[in-house]
Amino acid sequence: MMQTLYDKLWEQHVVHTELDSANSTTLLYIDRHLVHEVTSPQAFESLKIAGRKPWRINSILAVADHNVPTTDRDQGIHDPVSRLQVETLDQNCDELGITEFKMDDLRQGIVHVIGPEQGATLPGMTVVCGDSHTSTHGAFGCLAFGIGTSEVEHVLATQCLLTKKSMAMRIVVDGKLGLGVTAKDIALAIIGEIGTAGGTGYAIEFTGSAIQALTMEGRMTLCNMAIEAGARAGMVAVDETTIEYIKGRPFAPQGELLEKAITYWRTLHSDPDAIFDKTLTLNAASIRPQVTWGTSPEMVTTVDGFVPDPANVADSVKRQDMEQALNYMGLQPNTPIQSITLDKVFIGSCTNSRIEDLRAAADVVKGKHVASTIKLALVVPGSGLVKHQAEKEGLDKVFQTAGFEWREPGCSMCLAMNDDRLSKGERCASTSNRNFEGRQGPGGRTHLVSPAMAAAAAIAGHFVDVREID
Amino acid sequence: METFQAFEGLVAPLDRANVDTDAIIPKQFLKSIKRSGFGQYLFDEWRYLDHGEPGMDVTQRHLNPGFVLNQPRYQSAQILLARSNFGCGSSREHAPWALQDYGFKVIIAPSFADIFFNNCFKIGLLPIILDRLIMDQLFREVIETMGYTLKVDLQTQLLITPDGEQFTFNVDAFRRHCLLNGLDEIGLTLQQTDKIKQFEQRHREEQPWLFT
Repeated sequence: MMQTLYDKLWEQHVVHTELDSANSTTLLYIDRHLVHEVTSPQAFESLKIAGRKPWRINSILAVADHNVPTTDRDQGIHDPVSRLQVETLDQNCDELGITEFKMDDLRQGIVHVIGPEQGATLPGMTVVCGDSHTSTHGAFGCLAFGIGTSEVEHVLATQCLLTKKSMAMRIVVDGKLGLGVTAKDIALAIIGEIGTAGGTGYAIEFTGSAIQALTMEGRMTLCNMAIEAGARAGMVAVDETTIEYIKGRPFAPQGELLEKAITYWRTLHSDPDAIFDKTLTLNAASIRPQVTWGTSPEMVTTVDGFVPDPANVADSVKRQDMEQALNYMGLQPNTPIQSITLDKVFIGSCTNSRIEDLRAAADVVKGKHVASTIKLALVVPGSGLVKHQAEKEGLDKVFQTAGFEWREPGCSMCLAMNDDRLSKGERCASTSNRNFEGRQGPGGRTHLVSPAMAAAAAIAGHFVDVREID
Repeated sequence: METFQAFEGLVAPLDRANVDTDAIIPKQFLKSIKRSGFGQYLFDEWRYLDHGEPGMDVTQRHLNPGFVLNQPRYQSAQILLARSNFGCGSSREHAPWALQDYGFKVIIAPSFADIFFNNCFKIGLLPIILDRLIMDQLFREVIETMGYTLKVDLQTQLLITPDGEQFTFNVDAFRRHCLLNGLDEIGLTLQQTDKIKQFEQRHREEQPWLFT
């Protein structure tokens, strides 16, 4: 039978199926368990109380990323509550012998950046983490999704999850992206089209010539945002780009084992006639740079567009939602996007903090300076290794000369669990993934954009069309 | 986990779509390494006028009188009516923990985000999906009627209004079984230890690179 990539990945990991309903509860084996400090302490504690031990220690890779400071690392974490959470992770990992990249390790970084960077994320795997953006790892042709803390404990104890198969959605993006248009814009355009619940109940496979043309960094950005479309998992089939990225990474197989693995990995794509429950097609050439205007990623338009008018919306719940969003965002209907001025700019997060993202942003700012009206422009690399690579290329100097701050790796102002945050009413162009109320700080206003768009906005002080700058 | 018993509870309406987990429990409270105590910070940015931080004495904080859960008529509500895509955003189980710790046993919405929906079952909080039109009716009735309650019976999968009107809902058989019996899923899975070991051995032979 013709299978989707999702079917193949699923089938390869079924331990047992309960025949309890049409969509059976399945015991699914987990190959890689990524752990961070925020969603794991309660799981480790319950495990201990129950007298249980982790099933397979070498399936686990841990890192603290949400609470870590992005300045003065050698001073430690000054917030005692944050510090305790990170220390708790360190302690749990030390006690159980779990591999952890501690805060002073060059390999430390955002969990969804370091997994792939280390080759700890491999095609064909099931990858879970107590973090919704685990969908990122699907870029490697694996089945990766976020779980809650009870499930973190379940995977620790049993190496399995009790779960149900999702439906399969295919999103085909064919054609060539225009200059200055990125994977982030594809992701936001898709969410604008299907909404933040459009992918609920589905695993999404991204296919088409525009997807094949993306680098691994671009594919990670796209799969990362699958959860913002409501889908727990996003994925891209394995091809030469995938295989080339993996070769030589520390956790990746080598030599004969690598050859054997590659033979298997090449089968990780949907069969030509595989049947999807839903298909959506987009033309890459028609995608323009995207900017969100509201408090949900689906509240998005193009950079040459306008803030929409709730008066034109018939559905009362939706209209009320828009009015609330505009009120929170301090925006008037019909305002041109490019007239929106900004206070802060954030380049970073598990969506857009990889080397390619930093290069794209540096390209835009090179030889220019951040607008005097911008209070803070931050670049937070996704990992110590990304930072190191960027410094080797001189990108840190490009950013600093332009007036950006160059920080230590972590989640930072994507969710403001550390000191990096917006103050009430401040408006930010951000390369992160969520523009929810208060996400980047209480009362803060977030506009989601690509790294190049964020960089261009920092220079101009307001949104500009990155396609039109020199 | 406690067994889920049939009960009759006061209903509160939260008339907003796409309520995300950042709104349900803001990030500063996720720094806790405990599983309890989140109820006082539920919907913190909507519920209070001042900014909340972990460890604050909530009795000294300024309540937002405009927020629905602060209205006297909805105090001690056990059932929350919500709109579509409730619980979207992050995987934080702190969101269901906060709702449960506040006193909610049931959340009713036309749709839920996947991870949140799943997380609820793991802790014995029941998310119920009802048709949008029924939801509209319930919202109307709750707002119009002081002290509006619903009876929730998971065994028969019935919701009963004060007028005796009944709505059926559907909960997947395995999840229902676990909730009704308060089962520990890890314990259940560990009964399959032999199967997991057999699978693991075969998997290791087929893809040895996954185990290095």
